Amino acid sequence: MSLENHTEPTSDEKFEDPGVPHHRPRKADVDPKAADKAERQTAFMFGLSILGTIVALVGYFGMDMGDTVGSIRSFTAVLGLGIALAMLGIGIGAIHWAKTLMRDHEMVEERHELRSSDEAREGAIQDLKDGVVDSGLGGPKRRSLLKGSLITALAIAPLSLLVPQIGSMGADWNVSRFRHTMWDKGVRLARDPDGSLIKAADVTIGSAFHVIPEGLVDLEHHKIEEKAKAVVLLVRLNPEDLKIQEGREDWSFDGIVAYSKICTHVGCPVALYEQQTHHLLCPCHQSTFDVSDGAKVVFGPAKRPLPQLPIEVDDEGYIVAQSDFHEPVGPSYWDRLKGDDSSATDEEVEH
Amino acid sequence: MGAKINKAAAGTANYVDERTGVGALVKFLSRKLFPDHWSFMLGEVALYSFVVLLLSGVFITAYFEPSMTFVTYDGPLETMQGVEMSKAFESTLHMSFEVPGGLLMRQIHHWAALMFTAAIVIHMARVFFTGAFRKPREINWLVGFTLMILSLAAGFTGYSLPDDVLSGNGLRIIDGVVKSIPILGSYISYWLFGGEFPGEILIPRLFTAHILLVPGLILALVALHLFLVFLHKHTQYPGGGRTHKNVVGLPLFPVYTAKAGGFFFVVFGIIAILAALFTINPVWNYGPYDPSPVSAGTQPDWYILFVDGALRLMPGWLGGFPLEWEIAGYTLSWNILVPAVIVPGIFFGILALYPWIEAWATGDRGEKHVLDRPRNAPTRTGIGVALISFYMILALEGSNDIIANLFHLSLNDLTWTFRIAIFVVPPLLFWITKRIALGLQRKDRELVLHGHETGRIVRHEHGEYIEVHEPLDEQELWLRVNYDNITPFEAPEEFNENGVRRGGMRWKRFKARLSRFYFEDRVEPVTPAEYAEAQHHHASYAASDEGLAEAEENADADKALDEGFAQLKKD
Repeated sequence: MSLENHTEPTSDEKFEDPGVPHHRPRKADVDPKAADKAERQTAFMFGLSILGTIVALVGYFGMDMGDTVGSIRSFTAVLGLGIALAMLGIGIGAIHWAKTLMRDHEMVEERHELRSSDEAREGAIQDLKDGVVDSGLGGPKRRSLLKGSLITALAIAPLSLLVPQIGSMGADWNVSRFRHTMWDKGVRLARDPDGSLIKAADVTIGSAFHVIPEGLVDLEHHKIEEKAKAVVLLVRLNPEDLKIQEGREDWSFDGIVAYSKICTHVGCPVALYEQQTHHLLCPCHQSTFDVSDGAKVVFGPAKRPLPQLPIEVDDEGYIVAQSDFHEPVGPSYWDRLKGDDSSATDEEVEH
Repeated sequence: MGAKINKAAAGTANYVDERTGVGALVKFLSRKLFPDHWSFMLGEVALYSFVVLLLSGVFITAYFEPSMTFVTYDGPLETMQGVEMSKAFESTLHMSFEVPGGLLMRQIHHWAALMFTAAIVIHMARVFFTGAFRKPREINWLVGFTLMILSLAAGFTGYSLPDDVLSGNGLRIIDGVVKSIPILGSYISYWLFGGEFPGEILIPRLFTAHILLVPGLILALVALHLFLVFLHKHTQYPGGGRTHKNVVGLPLFPVYTAKAGGFFFVVFGIIAILAALFTINPVWNYGPYDPSPVSAGTQPDWYILFVDGALRLMPGWLGGFPLEWEIAGYTLSWNILVPAVIVPGIFFGILALYPWIEAWATGDRGEKHVLDRPRNAPTRTGIGVALISFYMILALEGSNDIIANLFHLSLNDLTWTFRIAIFVVPPLLFWITKRIALGLQRKDRELVLHGHETGRIVRHEHGEYIEVHEPLDEQELWLRVNYDNITPFEAPEEFNENGVRRGGMRWKRFKARLSRFYFEDRVEPVTPAEYAEAQHHHASYAASDEGLAEAEENADADKALDEGFAQLKKD
């Protein structure tokens, strides 16, 4: 197949290259006064740089940094502008020097094709061939056993290093922990971040509480991991506005509902509650959930509703959980519907 | 004194050369020519920002503690008194408020990082639009592309280190994206975080990646990138005397030593001004990472905006159709995979492979050292603009809450606008840009054939008025006629003259289709024959000598009349 779609024009079909344009001398090339002026300007810029270094050093030693945001900002400004002057003086001076006093008459240099010469190529190939014969990898005395065993050894040797390295990095690899949170039957709902408990009577219509499980603040280990899964938003709606989901008739209490605060999209906290519309908005990617209708998705990239935490009120009037969430909270993952969760079937209710 | 220094320098040079033979290298490098053009400094901005990153990074590393151990703050900052935070966050506050110059160095580091990524992207656009990626520079394009990806990695790992609430939520998004990967997602998440998110080991791991792995790779690839620039010799813009077989420019020493060396200080100075005057990433306002709160208007650094925008753009439901599927009990999240994995993958894939895609279409095998004017590659220029617009729409969607707030628009309408725009705008801009490029090529033809308008109107003796056009000087003429006229090639007949089927027909037909896509619409450069004919035509229409003499006479008479009037007025 011919790829000759570039027809090289013959000389009379071609315009003539006029060559490099004539060099026009600059003022400093012809006028010694202008050249002296350029020299003085350059030296002045270098002088400014010296001044900048002095400003930076005087600022560093002479100024009190203080400990308020404002005083630290002024300290930063003086030091930074000193450094800037020190740098710009050198830079602009050097460029001015190059532009006014150094050569600006362009020169021409030939390029050479990058490809090696045919002899060099042949020589290289011959050397490699000789080497292959010398080593016994090819040629008349071929030792194929060596080749096969070396390739196998080289191919699997990295495993001895990589398997322990990668294997250790995932700790115990117990990914089923995604399925469980601290919530369980009888765990009381507490305010985030102080941990004080919430009574049903505290929750007025229209109010919203950021909630953590009781006991979270006292955890010794994995506090932040548990918090990252367990945070809940508690709101009270007018019971008439609340559409109770099928199978969840006893999950709420007198218009009080609790939903996981972890977005089912990629896991940001869904923290913005619009009281008027009962919408919960995730500020990261704007998934919007309707709290009055089972926290279903009304806009944005999330697909699943926020998981609901079944709640009730205990004898002392505190709001408590009936159980853990009935599905893994947070973003979807491949086997979220699989595994050891006995209540996995409940997840089908939501859509 | 001067003589003494010279003697000392000569002695040192002799000492070093006898032990290294470096003299030959100095001879080779010092008079090496570089062509001059402002756009060649974009790559330099990236390189120098990287040097500034290394310098300021050394300072920061002296104070930063990459640890997720919890402590209670009791430093000078009142708003943070008694707040629980990781040591990483606490040491960031300590560095900013108690170490003189610490805040400045943090801000220099962050501004330099933004400048670094921005300069790389703009440099890459320059290389793309001028065709500097063509043979023999395809490999260097790939090296540069890898550097661009590494700069994103460097930026993101560094952004996450202070462990503030903003970057922590960024990491949580990464965790969500990783988990969406089919089959392996949960395990990759465990591997990354050493257990459940956020764990206690992530910051130390990111720290090692940020100060050792990523910058080490960047340094190695920068060395390779520059070595290849020297090996290939720099490209040059078209013009008189500049061919694919020469370099026209100025020597490395002293001209570029002064210009490029001086430019390092200019870049450093500008970054220092930004850092001195404009606060960036004030983590003390955000607070330490806590999985519960999040503020409105959460934006990542600019270079990650496009991924965040893609995540926002993709709906979870399309009408009543879910974009997260449950197949045989397994969950497949298209709503995350498409925007965060597949689309960036395709986008970066096209970028990485572009030099080869275009080479298939041109079928050209020669070395190209003279750059294209973007108008002379209309399809490429159109593709470039379409890619940029695609990227920009995603970046705008990544700031949609800020735009909505600023212009009092509905967030949902804005998102829907971008959802449609992402399909409509890039093809539209491809078409418009290509048409503009072709129009500019026609304008070039017009100028070559008819010359520049002078604004001088001349009347012929037979009464016709014409405007005098001035022919182009030889340099301008050469610039406007000297470009490759590439025509699309045809796939060969499926069977050769002996009736034997040729191999690889599908590949050849694909290349022929690609070639048609690139070169079917084209404006051919003026040929010398056309030029000669136009010159002849103009000669017959040009003003005659008598006519010109008459015009001059008239002008003189007008002038005399004006002077007469002026005299009268005076009197």
